[in-house]
Amino acid sequence: MSAPSDPILSVRGLVAGYSDENVLHGVSLDVPRGAIVAVIGPNGCGKSTLLKTIYGLVRARGGEVVYHDGQEIEQRLDGLRPHAVTRLGVNMVPQLANVFPELSVRENLMVGADVAGGRFGDRLERVLRTFPALEPALPKRAATLSGGQRQMLGLGRALIADPHLLILDEPSAGLAPAVVDEVFTKVKAINGEGVSILMVEQKARQCLALADYGYVLDMGRNRIEGTGQQLLADQEVIAAYLGSRGRLDLARRQRGE
Amino acid sequence: MTAPALLSVHEVCKRFGGVVAVNDASFDVTPGSITGLIGPNGAGKTTMFNLISGFLRPERGTIAFGGWRCDGQPPHALANAGLVRTFQIPRVLTRMTVLENMMLAGTAQPGEALGAALYMPRRIARKERDVRAQAQELLQLIRLDRLANDYAGTLSGGQRKLLEFGRALMTRPRMVLLDEPMAGVAPTLALQLLEHILELRATRGTTILVIEHDMEAVMAISDRVIVMDEGAVIAEGLPAEIQQNERVIEAYLGSPQVAGTAETVGA
Repeated sequence: MSAPSDPILSVRGLVAGYSDENVLHGVSLDVPRGAIVAVIGPNGCGKSTLLKTIYGLVRARGGEVVYHDGQEIEQRLDGLRPHAVTRLGVNMVPQLANVFPELSVRENLMVGADVAGGRFGDRLERVLRTFPALEPALPKRAATLSGGQRQMLGLGRALIADPHLLILDEPSAGLAPAVVDEVFTKVKAINGEGVSILMVEQKARQCLALADYGYVLDMGRNRIEGTGQQLLADQEVIAAYLGSRGRLDLARRQRGE
Repeated sequence: MTAPALLSVHEVCKRFGGVVAVNDASFDVTPGSITGLIGPNGAGKTTMFNLISGFLRPERGTIAFGGWRCDGQPPHALANAGLVRTFQIPRVLTRMTVLENMMLAGTAQPGEALGAALYMPRRIARKERDVRAQAQELLQLIRLDRLANDYAGTLSGGQRKLLEFGRALMTRPRMVLLDEPMAGVAPTLALQLLEHILELRATRGTTILVIEHDMEAVMAISDRVIVMDEGAVIAEGLPAEIQQNERVIEAYLGSPQVAGTAETVGA
C-alpha cells in the first residue's frame, strides 16, 4: 500500500474494545486531505468502534491516531477526549442520539457552534447555505423533525464548528431511499467545500460510489482497500459480506478433522 | 425437495404498529437438514423465529410442524411436540449450577407434582437419575462436564451460549431453532459449537434452522440457505448459489446506484 502523500488523518495499528474483549485488532487507515474515505464491512466488524476510538469516545488500547492540521503540526488524537478532538477541527456525527430532541433546531446548532467560538450568526449563515431546509425549522423542537431532517441537523451541527475533518457514522441509517440519496448528495457538497470526510456505511455500494478511497474491515482487521471504483468491482468485497467457500473447511482440516 | 417438509411456513405476515416485520414469507425445511436463515439487520429473522416458536402469533398465513398446524400455539406446546429454540442472549439461571440448569430443561418429571413427590419416591428417583444421566451426557458433548457443579453465573458469555444450546437438547427435540449461536463466542469456542451442530444432526438426525451473521460459519454448515430482507424471503438455495445471488448481494451491500441520480426531496 502506498501511503497518500498528504493525509489529514493517519491511523496505525489501532486496538480498542469493551471490557475484556477487543473489537479492533490493529486497524490502519489514512484519510488524504480533501478526500472522502469510506469504511465498510459486515455486521460487527468494528466500523463504529473504529470511529468512536478515533473521536475519543472509546479509549485506544494500542496503536495511534495522528491528525495533521496542514500547518506542519502533528497531533496525537488517541488519549484525547471528544471535546478536545472537536477543538482541533475533527467533528463527528454519531449514528444515534446525534441531536438534542428537547432543544430547538437553533439551540442544537448553538450547542454545536459553542466549542468553536466566533459569531454564531455568521456560522449559522454558512450552515443554512448548505441546508436551506433547516431555516424554516429553526424554532422547532428537534424531536418533531423527520428522520431525514434530523440527519441534516446532525450534519449541520457538526459543520457549524468549521471542522477540517468530519466523521460520519452511518448517515443513511434508517432513512427512506430518496432521503438516503439526499444525505449522500449533501456529504458530497460538504466535501466540495474542502472538508475531508471519513464515513462508515451499511449501504456499501452507494458509499463506495461516492468515496475516493475505501477500506473493508472484517472482524476488527483490515481486509481489503482500494479506490471506491476498485472496491465496487472486487468480488472479495462480496465475500467479506457473504462468506467465501472453503475458508472454514480449511480451518477444520488444519485441526486434523 | 422430495421429502415432505418438517417445518412449513406459508405466506406469514406480522406487523408491529406500522412496521411490517414479516411480509408474506414462505419457506420449507426438510427433515434432517441444516438450514441457514440470513439477512441484513432488521430483515425479520428473529421475528420469524418468534412466530415459528410460538412467542408471537402471525396475523396471516400458516405454520405447520410435522404436518400439525401450529401457528398460535404456545411455546410449551411446540416444545412438547419436539420444536425448541435458543435465544440470541442466553437465558441461563445464574444461581443454579450448570448441571441443575440442564436438568431443569428435562421433560415430564413426575417429582414436579406434589402427590407423586409424596407417594412415588422411587419412581421419581429413577426418573431423576435418567434426567441427570442425560444432562451429564450432553454436558460431555458440549464439553462443559468439568463445570457441571459450577454456578452458571460464573460461566463466560461463550460458555453460556453452549449451555443454552445443551439445554435446548434436553427434550430430545426433532427440530432446534438456533438464534445467532456464534454471536459473542470466541473463535475457538465458535468452531467447537459448529462441530456440535454437525454432530447433533449426524448422531440424532435433528433438524436445525439457524440464524447466524457469521457467513463463513453459516455457509459451511448449511445444506440450504434462506435469505430475508425487509420481512420478505428474497432468495433460497445452496450456499454457493446464495453467495452469487445478485438480490442477496444487493440486500447486504446496497444497490449499485450512484447518489445524485434519484430525485432529491426537500432541501
